[in-house]
Amino acid sequence: MSSTTARQRLSRLDVRLSPYLYISPFFILFAVVGLYPLLYTAFVSVHDWHLIGGQGDFVGLKNYVDVLGQQRFGRALGNTFSIFLLSSVPQVIAAIAIAALLDANLRAKTFWRMGVLLPYVVAPVAVSLIFSKLFADQSGLVNTLLATIGIDPIGFHSDRLASHLAIATMVNFRWTGYNTLIFLAAMQAVPRDLYEAAIVDGASRWRQFWSVTVPMLRATIIFVVITSTIGGLQIFDEPRMYDTLGLGGSDRQWMTMTMYLYELGWGAQKSFGRAAAVAWILFGIIIVIGMVNFLLTQRIASGDAPRRVRKGARA
Amino acid sequence: MNSVAAIEQTAGRGAARAARRRLNRPQPGASGSSTAWGADRRPSWLSYVLLGLVLLISAYPLWFAVLLASSDAATIARNPIPSLIPQGRLLENIGLVISSDINFWPALWNSILVAVITSASVVIFSTLAGYSFAKLNFRGRGPLLVFVIATMAVPTQLGIVPLFIVMSKLGWIGQLQAVIVPGMVTAFGVFWMTQYLRDALPYELIEAARVDGCSMIRTFWHVALPAARPAAAMLALFTFVGSWTNFFWPFIVLGPTNPTLPVALQLLQASYFKDYSLIMAGVVVATIPLLLVFVVAGRHLVAGIMQGAVKG
Repeated sequence: MSSTTARQRLSRLDVRLSPYLYISPFFILFAVVGLYPLLYTAFVSVHDWHLIGGQGDFVGLKNYVDVLGQQRFGRALGNTFSIFLLSSVPQVIAAIAIAALLDANLRAKTFWRMGVLLPYVVAPVAVSLIFSKLFADQSGLVNTLLATIGIDPIGFHSDRLASHLAIATMVNFRWTGYNTLIFLAAMQAVPRDLYEAAIVDGASRWRQFWSVTVPMLRATIIFVVITSTIGGLQIFDEPRMYDTLGLGGSDRQWMTMTMYLYELGWGAQKSFGRAAAVAWILFGIIIVIGMVNFLLTQRIASGDAPRRVRKGARA
Repeated sequence: MNSVAAIEQTAGRGAARAARRRLNRPQPGASGSSTAWGADRRPSWLSYVLLGLVLLISAYPLWFAVLLASSDAATIARNPIPSLIPQGRLLENIGLVISSDINFWPALWNSILVAVITSASVVIFSTLAGYSFAKLNFRGRGPLLVFVIATMAVPTQLGIVPLFIVMSKLGWIGQLQAVIVPGMVTAFGVFWMTQYLRDALPYELIEAARVDGCSMIRTFWHVALPAARPAAAMLALFTFVGSWTNFFWPFIVLGPTNPTLPVALQLLQASYFKDYSLIMAGVVVATIPLLLVFVVAGRHLVAGIMQGAVKG
């Protein structure tokens, strides 16, 4: 008798504890390699801390003051945002356009879909090595092609904005196809009846696209923009590999925030304190942008979208 | 297709009534070739031309790498635009890369090891957690799941300074476990498996196994895991690609002595920056394994992205 009750008790314990046991690996790992390092970053950032020497004196906000006072910080911040804008806006537009082409009764559907996804399996490091040659200032393929139509060579490495354009092109090359498929899936989820209603009302194809498809894609656009913000502001691989030295150019014209963080911590200074200060500042920026995104999303989701759709359906 | 109901939800009752009426009417413009958007639309030749152009843009840079990799430094310097047909030096250049001092074979082995172990571990732990979140009852389930999803927005890459300090205290600098352990389970994986198992695994199956006297873990092993297989395979694929192409953290924590392939590519660039034929040969060999994966399983990558988009 007593053995069965023991087994029952064991079984009850099994039922009660197992769910927590199964989800615990994620929470433990996130605590150890995600949350703890982020919080500890704040601790490191208020100390003198050397890569090899380790923890030094408490210095308060000195690392932040030092970093914010450096001209390179502003440069890195500007570069990061410039590259991010040049890669996210054209990418979303191109992805929607290509998805619209794919959203049809095509022959060899899978072939075309796989085709747009091909760049996704090329590592960013490899992409950067290829494009740094394509965009070489002298005897690069792009400048040679430009010369044939009578345009002077562009300093894709020497000029600040041009280098941002080249790096943004790498990001767009790798991710446009991926986002295209996300948009394609969202387009196929648009109820057919909405289009039929639009046709009945005499809407042109162009009008249908703008008044039915695009409004229905809104949530997906927000999703894509938010995910690319988190990744885009931390960009490292492509600009790091854009030239051999990996410092972001002679004048730091394409040095990003994460590259700056790396240079402070593992470059000449070996100052973990300052690197941690940069990390914490960038973390703050990403959180603020995330909040703005979230608030915008809430407003759009609760108010505007359904009305637009209804208008579109009637148009 | 439940599209009338969908209209009722998105556009209101009036629109739904109109849609229902329309369904009973003959389809307008059913014979035309360019009626509406969506899966029924017959594409024009222009669509194919434009898509061909897109394909060209996504494939040419890779072909460019192959062309340069099969050439030599002098030829590359003379011709900014390489001839469209590869020259015969590809294997020779790849041989030079392999025998150079970038530790090619160890790097390849490290990349395989890290990608395989990470994928397996992400799949197992994510499926366990996803099963728990989707099908088991426990206090705090909802808030904990929200927490998991919220962590996806946390830029954990910014914690590298302390992570590096921890790794050096453990003596893991230059060791593969420094790259493997932080990636062993991801929020995305947990979310993905939760979403899938919620629909794919009927409660009846779990109950049947429980009635038969299976313990919780046996129920998971014999009922949940088989049901999770399609989504688990996709998760493994994405994790594999992500791990294979990962650079930032391996670059910092592994360094040149024990590199993965992307880190080895950086070394190659640093030591052979004058000879693009060798650098591109390195790019080609580092990309071939994933291209093979893409040829075999690319359609599953496509399906995975499209499913994730609808649910996520």
